[in-house]
Amino acid sequence: MGTFVPGTSKEQRALLEAAGYTSFDDLFSVIPESVYLKKPLPLEEGLSEMETEQSIRALAAKNRTYQAIFRGAGSYDHYIPAIVKRVVSKETFLTAYTPYQAEISQGILQSIFEYQSMICALTGLDVSNASVYDGATATAEAAELCVERKKTRVLISDSVAPEVKKVVMTYAFGRDTDIQVIPEKDGKTSTEALKEMVGPETACVIIQQPNFYGLLEPAEEIGEIAHSVNAKFVMNCNPISLGLLKTPAEVGADLAVGEGQPLGMPIGFGGPYLGFMAATQALMRKLPGRIVGETTDSEGRRAYVLTLQAREQHIKREKASSNICSNEALCALTAAVYLAAMGPQGMKEVAESCMSKAHYLADGLKKAGFGLVYEGEFFHEFVTEGAGSEKLLQKLDEKGILGGLPLGENRILWCCTEKNTREMMDEVIRTAEEVAR
Amino acid sequence: MKLIFERGQEGRHLSILPKLDVPAYQPDEALLRAQAPALPEVSETEISRHYSALERRAHGVNNGFYPLGSCTMKYNPSIDEEMAALPGFTNVHPLQAEKTVQGALEVLEKMEEKLSAITGLKYFTFQPAAGAHGEFTGLLVIKAYHKDRGDEARKKIIVPDSAHGTNPASAAMCGYEVVNIPSASDGCVDLDALKAAVGPDTAGLMLTNPNTVGIFDKNIEEITRIVHEAGGLCYYDGANLNAVMGIARPGDMGFDVMHLNLHKTFATPHGGGGPGSGPVGVREDLGKFLPGFRPVRGEDGELHLAQPEKSLGSMRSFFGNFLVVVKALTYVTMLGREGVLEASRNAVLNANYMRKALEDIFPAAFPVTCMHEFVISLDKLHKETGVSALDAAKALLDYGIHPPTMYFPLIVHEALMIEPTETETKETMDEAIQAIREIYERAYSDPESLHHAPHHTVIGRPDEVTAARKPKLRYQKEV
Repeated sequence: MGTFVPGTSKEQRALLEAAGYTSFDDLFSVIPESVYLKKPLPLEEGLSEMETEQSIRALAAKNRTYQAIFRGAGSYDHYIPAIVKRVVSKETFLTAYTPYQAEISQGILQSIFEYQSMICALTGLDVSNASVYDGATATAEAAELCVERKKTRVLISDSVAPEVKKVVMTYAFGRDTDIQVIPEKDGKTSTEALKEMVGPETACVIIQQPNFYGLLEPAEEIGEIAHSVNAKFVMNCNPISLGLLKTPAEVGADLAVGEGQPLGMPIGFGGPYLGFMAATQALMRKLPGRIVGETTDSEGRRAYVLTLQAREQHIKREKASSNICSNEALCALTAAVYLAAMGPQGMKEVAESCMSKAHYLADGLKKAGFGLVYEGEFFHEFVTEGAGSEKLLQKLDEKGILGGLPLGENRILWCCTEKNTREMMDEVIRTAEEVAR
Repeated sequence: MKLIFERGQEGRHLSILPKLDVPAYQPDEALLRAQAPALPEVSETEISRHYSALERRAHGVNNGFYPLGSCTMKYNPSIDEEMAALPGFTNVHPLQAEKTVQGALEVLEKMEEKLSAITGLKYFTFQPAAGAHGEFTGLLVIKAYHKDRGDEARKKIIVPDSAHGTNPASAAMCGYEVVNIPSASDGCVDLDALKAAVGPDTAGLMLTNPNTVGIFDKNIEEITRIVHEAGGLCYYDGANLNAVMGIARPGDMGFDVMHLNLHKTFATPHGGGGPGSGPVGVREDLGKFLPGFRPVRGEDGELHLAQPEKSLGSMRSFFGNFLVVVKALTYVTMLGREGVLEASRNAVLNANYMRKALEDIFPAAFPVTCMHEFVISLDKLHKETGVSALDAAKALLDYGIHPPTMYFPLIVHEALMIEPTETETKETMDEAIQAIREIYERAYSDPESLHHAPHHTVIGRPDEVTAARKPKLRYQKEV
């Protein structure tokens, strides 16, 4: 059996004696007889570290990994700079708890303060929290914080990713929030329908930018419609796109949320990921989760602390704005190191690379007979349609390439990142030509 | 120390990306941001030194004793990290075809089997990303259950006054009214108060057992029976599961729904506040309400993803914090049936050893055998010397010891909650006992020095009032 208990059985007996017990059964005699287990748990025998490693490696080996990935839809295969991995595996960052004791947690607190500052820089907004679980829960939390006594209805665009929509709906089921879906037209939020749907009861309007199909939404116009009825405008955005494209602040968003995974986290079968969340100053005291602030210590030195805690569950209990306590601090650190490593120049380059490559692949696929379903500008994802889509994905799979996500009806949602080389894209295009022939 | 924004120079950068190998696409100017984001412009050397300096200004389990009650700060094994970093896990897309992710699905299947064996509950979801997220999920299962039965009158969740703050906050997120019931004089559930609180409007009860004062509630079966007879369900907050693995099971105690904190009981690191993992388990007939997709083994021997019949929806994208589950599976595979029992036995043994060793100066608030943690009250010391629980906690920082949880649970005055965990040596505990004794003596001889503790940390006590009154929440370049 493996164990991390340092005490030998002799030491354990000595401790039992020192504490006034004759045996472990004696120690646990406070547990009612009827629930005290008499048999060992139906678990396997423990293993040594070496055997454990072999058994877990065998599981990893049962998964297929690809030499190139053209699938996104909420999980994006970007290059992770080596310095990111090195910094975030530092044992102290890994094993510390939430930084309650500021005096010995300045390192963690400052790293979160820096993360918050970087999220503000990316989104153009005034305040950021220390993170939530992922992009979907960030969107759900944003929706709920907009709901007020007379503003009770949440409007969410149908062009938001299904993974996100489902979570927003589930949170709404929890709080009995009135939620309605804004229909899409030609792959984007229908602004005509939205105009009909908004009213004085609208709490917020939620869109995704770029949306699930990769298209750029008419965000400014949607923001204006939301604000015309005094509703909040919530944008779920891709952080990589913000290296290049208009910020949520520039298009009038009150809240910017999104999936932070592209900022240095592996696709990892879906997690851990990072939900980022930034808002205008006016919403500062409504944000859920931890927030780090700057202050001074007893001798006037700069210091960082968890702050605005009056919002939180351990103070407010049932009146708290959210129940969140553990967030994704190490993932926030990952994002911060990634953003520091990339810098403003690197963030622009990675966004340009993603967008250029997506357009190159889209052109090639179009020529091969897999035309674009939607018109309009897109960032790094796009949808094609063409007979033999399933066969195309199958052929690519045989070549060790994970093609786009099948959406049914011969449609595929493709994604390109800076990791996709021209060589690989040409291979995809050649395969598409073969299938179409 | 400098912020990373205060390091570097304009134009400084790393060489991460290759030259573009396709024609550069030029989007419409109107789509572009007006200014580049104000991110740091630093060299790799500067990044390396900056974060090494930050690391030195933090405290992890690797740096010293961390008896932070209710947080189970046990050692985080190295092998767990190595396994979660295997490319066969990290480079797998969550939307790959089922047949290409059999290993990942098997991780979830195996973990469900193991958690089921340990807890006595049948089915699990791994979507919840933290304990509080698990509470929210579990309560939604309860809500879905009552709704499915057409019993919409059940609007109340009963929570003892000793509960974690997340319990009432989670109940409120589910639209429930919270009914707080007082604890009895022994720190456990007051049965009369419970009987008076239950009724046809009771949706359920949320309970931690061992409870937040570290005591196993001897009336546990009576408690769950009272709630069940009133038509409610019982929710087990698994925050304290580290005390009872292999010793008693929530399912056998009468609980219907629970969450576990893999980042406590199953040794996955806390990461400075996440990522955690808070899987939720339910008894067999409630499995149909679980969120997301579950792996189910088909007749072909392969694992397939199936959505439970009356699934309440989805709590998070994809499968939750999967790589954290890999770490936990590595841990529990290594421990096996004897190892988990050994862990809980020693967690409880260590807590009672420390409780006993401090009894003459700080008797436990409830002086009986505790489980994996115990609560002392510094009320007497505070009255006699003016030294508070906060002062004592801050003084411990100078010994390189992370202080116990302070001022929780709310039912104990000047509380300190100590949880040594099973991975500490007797030597470490003895040093901590010695440190606490010295602080006790100093409280009488030199209380003033304790009011200003700590003295040897990189900062002294921070001004939290100003931080909240004049919030400065991001760096802004001075112009």
